[in-house]
Parts: sequence; C-alpha cells; structure tokens
Amino acid sequence: MTTSRKKSITIALMDPPYESGTTTTALRIVDAALRKGISVNVFAYEGAVNLTMKGQAPHPNPIKGTSIEEQDHPSTAKFIAGLFTLGQSNPKLEWVNCGLCIDERGSGDWIDGPRRGGPGDLFKFSKESTNTLVIGTR
Amino acid sequence: MPGILSVVERAYHGTIEEQDDTILWLSHMIKNAGADLSVLLRSNAVNYAVKGQDASGLSIGGVSLGVPPTLDADVEALTIAGVPVYVVEEDLKDRAIGYSELCSGVKMVKRGGLAKLFDDHEAVWHW
Repeated sequence: MTTSRKKSITIALMDPPYESGTTTTALRIVDAALRKGISVNVFAYEGAVNLTMKGQAPHPNPIKGTSIEEQDHPSTAKFIAGLFTLGQSNPKLEWVNCGLCIDERGSGDWIDGPRRGGPGDLFKFSKESTNTLVIGTR
Repeated sequence: MPGILSVVERAYHGTIEEQDDTILWLSHMIKNAGADLSVLLRSNAVNYAVKGQDASGLSIGGVSLGVPPTLDADVEALTIAGVPVYVVEEDLKDRAIGYSELCSGVKMVKRGGLAKLFDDHEAVWHW
C-alpha cells in the first residue's frame, strides 16, 4: 500500500475526548512520529471529531481545591493544536474530521488545522502511507 | 491478495442513533471509493448477520425512530457490492445462532482459520 518514499503513517481514531486511554496513546504516537520527521495523517471518525472542538475549556478541581490556573486542565484540542505546530510542513500533520460525524454531533467549530472530509480520505491516506493504524472504540 | 480486512467486533454501539453500524457503513463507503475490502464479523458482531432483525417502534420522549437500523440488510448489501463478509463460526455457536438464521452471502471462517484470513490480506483494520 506504500506509494510514497518518505515515511508517513495514517491513524484512524474513534474515541471522544476524556473517555479512553487510547486517545492519549494515539496523540503520543502522533507526537513521537512528527518528532522523528514522519508525516502523520489522522482520520477522526465518530466521537473523535470532538477532539478538536474549539470550545473545550479548563475547569478547577473542587476536590483538590484548585483554581482553573492551578489545575491547568489539559484539553485534547490544545494538545492537537500543539501537534499542528510540530507538523506544519515537513513533517506534515493532516487531520480530517469525518463530515457526517461532525454534523450529527454539532462539532463543527474546531481549532485551526483540521479539515472536513470523509471515508474516501481514510482510503487515500492509507494508500499513500507507509502503514495505517486503526484504533477503534470499545 | 485482497487489500483490507475490516474487523468488526463491538456490536450495537450507537446503532439506533446512527441508524447503522458505523464500521459497516465506513467499509461500504471505502468499497465505493475503490478499495478491495473484506469484512470480518466476530464476537457479538456476528449477530449483525442474523436476518429478520427489527429495531422499529422505538419512541423516546414522544420522538419516534422513523428510520431504524437494518443491520442484516446492510450486511447483505455489502455482499451484493462484492465485499466478502466473513463470520466466525465458533462465535455463532457460542451465541446459539444457527446457520439457517443468517442472511445470504456470508462466508464462514473458523477461529483456527483467522490467522490465515488475516495473512491473506495486505492490511487488517481492527476497529
């Protein structure tokens, strides 16, 4: 399936934010790949289209008594914005949010970087990548 | 060598709201995009091949489900579109599903044959 000499990987995700450890693992894989100079394509399917929502906001922790600033709650959108900084050109991060998944979830207001797409993008990515990793949801 | 084996294992997750199984749908879309693709139903997802499923009649808060999922029809549609759909025999037996209950066109594979099935494909997408 590899058509490009330069190494690249495609990752398909399904989990929404804050629901699964696979999200953290997947984002760490993207980070590691970009730092190694490997371009990454991400196809965000179903709940994963919520990972890039611009409206994600931190909150304090009443159990720990921390303020918003002290708690410094991370957001997946913030992590992914950082990944786009790493993958601006070479290596390149491409992130496609599945359009119909966006529509049915009302998740269309996302950070800079992702674009709307569909299953054809996943197929195209997979043909052009060195390898494809699909991380389904449980 | 066939291209992609799309493995569906988790079943009936959001199928009412989505009106289908999102991986069967995705697989059919990718087939339509030109992929050489097979589908493997295993674990609870073998139930998708049971013909005659009826999810109609649901109403929540007065809002009716006008178009229910028809997963058996979706499985048949995949086979008609030329997508081989495999079902794990032992997973059927574990769930007391008889062969006569299955929609047409699906192919049986034994658990012992899964390694070969995986190896017979260029890529395995395990959702």
